[in-house]
Amino acid sequence: MTILSAFDIGLVVLILAVGAATIAKRDAFAAVIGYVVYGLLLAIAWVRLSAVDVALTEAAIGGGMTGMLLLGAVARLRLAKGSDARPSFPVRFAAAALSALVAAGLAIAVLSPPEAIPTLAPMVMENLAQSGLGNPVAGVLFVYRALDTLLEKVVLILALVGVWSLAPDSVWGGIPGLRVYAPPSSTLTFLAQLLPPVGIVVAIYMCWIGAKEPGGAFQGGTVLAAMWLLVMIAGLKSVPSISQRWLRLLVVVGPVIFLAIGISGMVLANAFLAYPPGYAKPLIVAVEFALTLSIGVALGLLAAGPPERVQPQ
Amino acid sequence: MSAAALFGLSGAALVGIGLYGLVTNPEPLRKILAFNLLGSGVFLVFGVVSRRAAASGLGGDPVPQAMVITAIVVAFAATAMAIALVLRLLQETGRSTLDADNPGGAGGKS
Repeated sequence: MTILSAFDIGLVVLILAVGAATIAKRDAFAAVIGYVVYGLLLAIAWVRLSAVDVALTEAAIGGGMTGMLLLGAVARLRLAKGSDARPSFPVRFAAAALSALVAAGLAIAVLSPPEAIPTLAPMVMENLAQSGLGNPVAGVLFVYRALDTLLEKVVLILALVGVWSLAPDSVWGGIPGLRVYAPPSSTLTFLAQLLPPVGIVVAIYMCWIGAKEPGGAFQGGTVLAAMWLLVMIAGLKSVPSISQRWLRLLVVVGPVIFLAIGISGMVLANAFLAYPPGYAKPLIVAVEFALTLSIGVALGLLAAGPPERVQPQ
Repeated sequence: MSAAALFGLSGAALVGIGLYGLVTNPEPLRKILAFNLLGSGVFLVFGVVSRRAAASGLGGDPVPQAMVITAIVVAFAATAMAIALVLRLLQETGRSTLDADNPGGAGGKS
């Protein structure tokens, strides 16, 4: 047994144990902390599967952003009347048996690979040079499956509209109910002053390097969102009300530019979302930068939640 | 057993664990957590499919990888929406459960 396979086995045991603990723990707070740890462990597993782009996304969004959302919800639900009524033993036993059956079915599928393993990797690599990109995953996201990437951004906006529309009528267009913790001269204030300049540079770098190496708009956008949330939670910047025009413009600017380039492709390159020859890379980088900004703002607003109070006049 | 198969098996196990939590846990927030666990198990199985199809000098097939990245972002959007629904339920009813014996206000989402 090599060191690496020992590492893999240890990693899998840890992932399964922490994953099971997030389900088994009675205390919701402990479960959410477990989930954040789980997200980071899973990111290491993605690195081991040679999928560094996915690892970055999983660590940033799967662990970090989702963890923050869940923590905020746990803090608010703490005072609510919960329910201790667990299902009866036969129900739990049946659920366990059926879940085990599903898991076993998947395991069999994993262990019996098809004779000829289907792969699109050669086709991706064959045509990647035309786009001027060096990162095959970015190539798939912005060239071969650009429509999916565009629609995914629309899903983010739709989710944001959905979250906002859950606000009571009286506070529509108001300020999101993000909790602000602002004890003067605390460690949080210090970090909220120290980290954002570094974080913004990291976000721009991730977005830029995404064309050649692992990275890209999602990962950069998440870092931007985290920096923005940090500054708001520390009370250094107030949470803007959602009726601000600049805020709404920032949310849609990325998808709108993407769509505009897509439509101009119908004229210049004979297909929707096609890029004119020779201009693919600059156009993709431009779209990525606009998307990074939009994703950052949209993720930050999703984490901030629906509006809860109106702007004082 | 290869490393990819090992991670694939753990993905399958995570789907089972998440499904069990989704069915048995009565609190909506814990159901959301379990649902995310189930989803990440599915993504891991995708990762194994990608790894197995490594070709052309790549560590894995980039197409499933790009799909998983999209899926992670969409799962986050759905989670944000679900959490907003739970918090709205709390605002309306003062409760955080979907108990059938307490129909007041909790009927819309079950």
